[in-house]
Amino acid sequence: MFAAAAAALLVAMAMALVRAVAGPTVYDRILAVNAIGTKTLLMIAVVGFLTRRPEFLDIALVYALINFIGTVAVTKFVKHRHLGHPANLNGEGEL
Amino acid sequence: MIELIDVALLCMMAVSALAVLWLRNLFAVAMLAGSYSLMAATLYVVLDAVDVAFTEAAVGAGISTVLMLGALTLVPHEEKPSGRHALSGLVVTVGLGALLIYATLDMPSFGDAGAPVHRHVANRYIEDSAAEVGLPNVVTSVLASYRGYDTLGETTVIFTAAIGVLAVLGWGGRPGRRRPPADGETRP
Repeated sequence: MFAAAAAALLVAMAMALVRAVAGPTVYDRILAVNAIGTKTLLMIAVVGFLTRRPEFLDIALVYALINFIGTVAVTKFVKHRHLGHPANLNGEGEL
Repeated sequence: MIELIDVALLCMMAVSALAVLWLRNLFAVAMLAGSYSLMAATLYVVLDAVDVAFTEAAVGAGISTVLMLGALTLVPHEEKPSGRHALSGLVVTVGLGALLIYATLDMPSFGDAGAPVHRHVANRYIEDSAAEVGLPNVVTSVLASYRGYDTLGETTVIFTAAIGVLAVLGWGGRPGRRRPPADGETRP
């Protein structure tokens, strides 16, 4: 059962990768990379159970946090075109 | 099943690496590099190198993506077409790769009990480190005591790299584009 779940996750990861490569807009790519990150942490959890080492779950939790921080940084960059204070408060970032 | 996961992850990593080469939109390249790191981290977990996977996810997917985005604020969005193909670079890279693959032929097979890594100093670390260093975790003893100078050098390298990154990116705003903060705006 876990093997089937792992295969399904791989397929989902491949489809998200296609979207990340093809684009066409910035938001497609952000969402695709975020989805790949989510699939990664699910994959770690599933592999943990597949190899009978469920203690990998803690690592999956840390991955979730890293993924969240990365997505926040990316969306902040797209909105403000700067990672520190916004360079232009009125206009949205253009890419 | 594990082998199938390995092969599938490696294929997807190859696809994203090739896309990084082909795409001209630098934002897309930064995003794809992040996804490459995430898949590499998954591969490390599948290969049972959990600590390496941790580092890859934190540094490769987390910090590197943020640093690349910080660098993107300083450059245009599109890569300039260079026009010429660096054939010599391709030859050097392929040659180096072939040499490295040739070097792996001499390595002991995976899990070989007679490999030098299992017969050299590892036994002493496992048996005597608790008495010699006094720490329950063998890895900590090796990193902080037996290879203390090595760790000091690594820390120096990372510290220097951090200073270099801060010098290039100018954290806290670029000089000349600084404005007084508006209402509701917080400085990091």
